[in-house]
Amino acid sequence: MKEEIIIAGFGGQGVLSMGKILAYSGLMDDKEVTWMPSYGPEQRGGTANVTVILSDKKISSPVLDKYDIVVALNQQSLDKFAPRVKPGGTLIYDTNGIHNHPTRTDISIYPIDAMTATLEIGNSKAYNMVVMGALLNAMDYKLPMENVIKGLKKSLPERHHKLIPLNEQAIEKGKSLLQA
Amino acid sequence: MKEEIRLMKGNEAIAHAAIRYGCDGYFGYPITPQSEVLETLEELMPWETTGMVVLQAESEVAAINMVYGGAATGKAVMTSSSSPGVSLKQEGISYIAAASLPALILNVMRGGPGLGTIQPSQADYFQATKGGGHGDYHLIVLAPSTVQEMVDFVGLGFDLAFKYTNPCMILADGIVGQMMEKVVLPEPRPRRTDEEIRKQCPWAANGRLGGRKRNVITSLELEPAKMEVINHQLQERYRTIEQNETRWEEIDVEGADYLIVAFGSIARISDKAREIAAEEGIKVGIVRPITLWPFPTEAVAHAAQGKKGILVVELNAGQMIEDVRLAVHDSLPVEHFGRLGGIIPSPEEVVNALKEKIINR
Repeated sequence: MKEEIIIAGFGGQGVLSMGKILAYSGLMDDKEVTWMPSYGPEQRGGTANVTVILSDKKISSPVLDKYDIVVALNQQSLDKFAPRVKPGGTLIYDTNGIHNHPTRTDISIYPIDAMTATLEIGNSKAYNMVVMGALLNAMDYKLPMENVIKGLKKSLPERHHKLIPLNEQAIEKGKSLLQA
Repeated sequence: MKEEIRLMKGNEAIAHAAIRYGCDGYFGYPITPQSEVLETLEELMPWETTGMVVLQAESEVAAINMVYGGAATGKAVMTSSSSPGVSLKQEGISYIAAASLPALILNVMRGGPGLGTIQPSQADYFQATKGGGHGDYHLIVLAPSTVQEMVDFVGLGFDLAFKYTNPCMILADGIVGQMMEKVVLPEPRPRRTDEEIRKQCPWAANGRLGGRKRNVITSLELEPAKMEVINHQLQERYRTIEQNETRWEEIDVEGADYLIVAFGSIARISDKAREIAAEEGIKVGIVRPITLWPFPTEAVAHAAQGKKGILVVELNAGQMIEDVRLAVHDSLPVEHFGRLGGIIPSPEEVVNALKEKIINR
């Protein structure tokens, strides 16, 4: 098992924390993990991306050119990373604000409306967990939900643990958006 | 006790490892991409638990001189910075080396020269391994490629520094500083007591207590004949370190047609390139120097035997390649591939470079 994933979007969308929760969930499931951010003079509204690799075996490069799964949360990220999905791989993107939709036919493409789904839950901060739900469903490797919850607990400071049920709800909502 | 497995950034791991090693003091000044070292130390507040001092100095120059002072008293002290900040520390590093003191210095390299960028680089290889400061001296230079090695090399670095009374540098880059991976932290051990320090460091300037004769810590000796003796003593120590402490890792070297030599996180990108090349039927082996000084000259020469060519992959314009060429003389083609200024090559780019520069040359 090996999943090579990039999550890309605007700074402030929770891209890096989503990657961290995913990596921690993998760690709780006894996998090898790497989490490599695009770090830079970035800020809310700028671009941010994170490469997460989950594997049974020792991971070589934490930096990649091609991915099994690309999650793109804005037009810039979609344009940049859609061509870098491996043939047969998966592209998930949020349709909000997207005017040029992907046209590749050699990959599975899942447009999701994560923003509307998040508003339905009633807490816009849960956006990244809605997206993560969709991602979890798209992965060949099925991460047990109990380990995702453990991952959440590890990633969030203790004082935010009361928010875990909300995050869990958001993940379930996201899962319902994408039936792979 | 059960091993504690955590997910953390390389920079955070350095801070945890330092406290658990029983480090006595950290003196630093923030600079991207290593600010999390100081940040994590401030968050963990070790002065309340182990008594370790954590101080944000007024400048890099002040920080390295605090390290010099702390080291002179036999304390386990360290500093960290990134390329431009490490340049500022060079005078102090030369003094510490000349005074034969143990200290740990972390450089999380970023793109240069000058202030450059804040993205990863390996362009300080020459500075770390060939001097950096003035005079005939060497640091022991360790190059971590994983977050776990960031942890392990804090302990190893301090151990080597004290064993040889010589400063040690961990030469990391922005990738290994910023990425998160699984780490197993070592068991915490208490800081050494004053008595233990006296025993381990009879040379330390930590008070005579009426007993021994005066210890003088200095890098100044105006008498050339005496200064030459000091230099010969240093050189003798460097030969011992070369003999005892050269470290490297090999992957699939036996049976390979080609060799990639790379250090730090770039060795891992090269390892992925090896996997991709193998799928195409191209047999590549990897030699990853772990100590950049002393350089694993004999290991590289040995691994090169029977190979058709070597690609040296670095995040610089060609620095370690000089040591690789010295190791193999002109027995086979040695070419360089590097990206500069903070750009990270993909594994595919490394495979293409191998084909262009070595296989189809």
